[in-house]
Amino acid sequence: MTQTAPRSFQEIILRLQAYWAAQGCAVLQPYDMEVGAGTFHPATTLRALGNRPWAAAYVQPSRRPTDGRYGENPNRLQHYYQYQVIIKPSPANLQDLYLGSLQAIGIDLGLHDIRFVEDDWESPTLGAWGLGWEVWCDGMEVSQFTYFQQVGGHDCRPVSGELTYGLERLAMYVLGIDHVMDMPFNDPDAPIALKYGDVFAQTEREYSRWNFDQADTAMLLKHFEDAEAECDRILAAPALDPKTGKTIPMAHPAYDQCIKASHLFNLLDARGVISVTERQAYIGRVRALARKCADAFVTTEAGGAA
Amino acid sequence: MPDLLIELFSEEIPARMQGRARDDLRRLVTDGLVAAGLTYASAGAFSTPRRLVLTIEGLSAQSPTLREERKGPKADAPAAAIEGFVRSTGLTRDQLELRDDKKGQVYFAVLEKPGRPAGVIVAEVLEETIRTFPWPKSMRWGTGTLRWVRPLHSILCILTDEAGAQTVPLEVEGITAANTTAGHRFLSPGRFAVTSFDDYRAKLKRAHVVLDSAEREAMIWAEAGNLAFARGLEVVEDRGLLTEVAGLVEWPVVLMGEIGEEFLSLPPEVLQTSMREHQKFFSVKNPRTGRIEGFVTVANNATADHGATILKGNRKVLSARLSDARFFWENDLRTVTAQGLEGMGAGLAHVTFHNKLGSQADRVARIAALAREIAPLVGAQPDLAAEAARVVKADLQSAMVGEFPELQGVMGGYYARAAGLPEAVANACKAHYSPLGPSDEVPTDPVSVAVALADKIDTLTGFWWIDEKPTGSKDPFALRRAALGVVRLVLANKVRLRLLDVILAGYEPFDRQLRWELECEEQDADVEAAKRLDVPVSVFQDWRSKIAQEKRQRNGPSDFERRLFEIDLSNVPHPGASLLAFFHDRLKVYLRDQGIRHDVIDACLAMPGNDDLTLLVKRAEALAAFLKSDDGTNLIQGFKRANNILTQAEAKDGVEYSYGADPKFAETEEERALFAALDAAEAAIAPAMQAEDFAAAMAAMAALRGPIDAFFTAVQINTDNAVVRRNRLNLLSRIRQTCLSVADLTRIEG
Repeated sequence: MTQTAPRSFQEIILRLQAYWAAQGCAVLQPYDMEVGAGTFHPATTLRALGNRPWAAAYVQPSRRPTDGRYGENPNRLQHYYQYQVIIKPSPANLQDLYLGSLQAIGIDLGLHDIRFVEDDWESPTLGAWGLGWEVWCDGMEVSQFTYFQQVGGHDCRPVSGELTYGLERLAMYVLGIDHVMDMPFNDPDAPIALKYGDVFAQTEREYSRWNFDQADTAMLLKHFEDAEAECDRILAAPALDPKTGKTIPMAHPAYDQCIKASHLFNLLDARGVISVTERQAYIGRVRALARKCADAFVTTEAGGAA
Repeated sequence: MPDLLIELFSEEIPARMQGRARDDLRRLVTDGLVAAGLTYASAGAFSTPRRLVLTIEGLSAQSPTLREERKGPKADAPAAAIEGFVRSTGLTRDQLELRDDKKGQVYFAVLEKPGRPAGVIVAEVLEETIRTFPWPKSMRWGTGTLRWVRPLHSILCILTDEAGAQTVPLEVEGITAANTTAGHRFLSPGRFAVTSFDDYRAKLKRAHVVLDSAEREAMIWAEAGNLAFARGLEVVEDRGLLTEVAGLVEWPVVLMGEIGEEFLSLPPEVLQTSMREHQKFFSVKNPRTGRIEGFVTVANNATADHGATILKGNRKVLSARLSDARFFWENDLRTVTAQGLEGMGAGLAHVTFHNKLGSQADRVARIAALAREIAPLVGAQPDLAAEAARVVKADLQSAMVGEFPELQGVMGGYYARAAGLPEAVANACKAHYSPLGPSDEVPTDPVSVAVALADKIDTLTGFWWIDEKPTGSKDPFALRRAALGVVRLVLANKVRLRLLDVILAGYEPFDRQLRWELECEEQDADVEAAKRLDVPVSVFQDWRSKIAQEKRQRNGPSDFERRLFEIDLSNVPHPGASLLAFFHDRLKVYLRDQGIRHDVIDACLAMPGNDDLTLLVKRAEALAAFLKSDDGTNLIQGFKRANNILTQAEAKDGVEYSYGADPKFAETEEERALFAALDAAEAAIAPAMQAEDFAAAMAAMAALRGPIDAFFTAVQINTDNAVVRRNRLNLLSRIRQTCLSVADLTRIEG
């Protein structure tokens, strides 16, 4: 059932939260680290592994330093929001559930043209891939729809279905806004009506400058090495904790370091200090960490180990 | 004779995979049915984004009963042997028959395999087909293990005869075959039952699904044409896009819109590429101005507002995309205006072409040097060709080509004009990648030809140099295409050049680099040795050269010198020789497609100067025409006869009859006539060959046909008179020599 048109960015988020909560998803909160996409949240990456059923939905702030445009480009931001849904095993009616979510945010399926266009997803840094589509609404990509086949080098059994909505772009389309900074963040009739620009124009400028010109590359490089070393060290520690006498493999703390390394790589990339040939090497290093974290996770309870 | 209908209903199948999937479904199912003993009258396969469909008419209702007789052991064979035979047949002992054989009584088993109903066979074949379907990429979903291109939801499988439709009992991974399907996702989502293919197709149409992709393509093309025509515009043809778009919709709704005024100044190729790649839009051209002014998009939904909302959304997305394109275009133009086209390409020094072949800038330098060498051979100014070569790759650094790699060359042409470079240079930017295939247009402008040849020769010599030759079906660097490109450039422009010279020129920078690396190696060895001995390098080198000199006097050149020596000498086998053979292979394939027989090409390839492709083809064409004439066919027979007799005699006598046939030993009129004919032919052939007039040379050769035939009819070669015999063999040798001076006729078959 198509609902009335939403009036603000946050209303779209709230409706998605309500919709997916009604479908039985656990509505999680964003992960408290810098990531490039919602997929990096351990609720997706790690929980896609192993055989335990899982259903979660959440907003994830995402940072892509190279996409910064000082807040001037109508569509590009170095910090934006993704809405992420992950359900394992993928239900047979996932496409219908997805279409229901579009109706929930006011897209009338009788008036628009929704298409599932082939787009296979691959994350070289996570050692992950899946098959699916980008979903087009009137020629615009509004979501990514993926059936995970592998994560961290492990086959996904059962398979998770993953939906990713680029929230700003989707909201701009639904609200009919041409420049992201002009988009109402809260209700336009609220006593203190705020636009997206009121919240983020200044931060986009500040971060664009820092990402492109100011970030200390020597320090970032060192942090990258540190994160890599710490990840390795955590995973190399024996699973048996001498203090509690319990078996406690530390997959999540190690994975935090992997996320960190990945984001530091993105920052270094934005600073233009990584050459084309080095790029592949760095991606390979992050992938190696992701793989080891996945190896560790599947030995844990949440990872399906008995 | 029942008809079979199969529908495999899934989530959206990628458009690019649908064509092959139709063929595979038809092939696998019909092959399976036939292998199981069924026959059928006809089969047809269809696809939409959500379904793969197969219809088979006139299928046999069951497979025939098969009767097989197996011969067993003799009646008096050991019991164990008989028991074993009984077991192997699956019968009991009393079911065996005893028959008389030459050596006594023998057991026979008569096995009857009863025919099976079509439904059982269809179920087996379809399950096997689904489980082994060759999708280029497939996936699992949910908790299952079945692989399909995207989740498979339902299977429709019915056999229909006069008595009605029957569902074939079949279950694959929890999906039970039924007689129902669903309509269009949005317009008619309900499920319905069908009784036959005609019923299925008609009900689908009512449920907003056009089953046949060819029909969808025709609908889209016709409607797009109508919409454009109504505004005095025309749709730019794009077969690939049409097929793709038809694979994205079940119910095509064609909508047309205009491109914003602010984007009309963009080059038409940019508009077309951006719209096709990002939006899957057709371009709409104004035939009066030649500009792209509109677009056609194909939706999969018929809406109450007749597509107004859909069109508005599409227009908005397009304008965001074209804003990007305009941003790239204006940025690139600013770069070119400020720094020139070569300036735009400055960054190529940091782009690796191949880790063993240096950067793109290294490659550009090599191509420029080579283009300068080639220029005079194709009628281009060397300086202009080198200037063009230096900038033709610059657009690889432009923002536009970064976004749309397929616009490489095209953008270079625009940017060269914007930079005020000569028209010939701008043309070369665009044309130097051509020809890209056997039917692509070949450049004719001399500067473009020079750079296009240099580009391809450098690619070929480079990859030959690092030994990355194509093998079998693997040709990751498209070297066959490059070689064919050279062949077509040379032939279409009737360029006269010795390909081997050009190949060696292409090798020059790599040879030079190797010499330099060897010298560096030696230098490094010197430095290390000097360090070990704790003396200055110059002192060590001085010692070494003195010792080497003495050694050389005693032993000849050192290993190092010999290595250098080998590279410098063109009489040792150079990798360029195998590259020439690679060109010849491409040429053979190309000429075969033009209808010239391979033995004709071989006969010409065996002649000197075979690296001059234009000459080679001229000869081959003349020879092919000659062989089609009566004279030609008969002359070949005469030549072969002469050659066979001569070869046998030479083998027997252990001598070569190659000189000294004398008319004074001629005994018959026919013999004397042949002498006269050979004199005349030789006198005509030599100047004709000099003038490369192969047709005239072959006509002169054809005149030998009568005298040769008459000679063989009247004269016995192997007479008792040794002098006469030798003279006649030497005469045959003159025939051979004369004929071989035109082409190696021994290679002609038949």
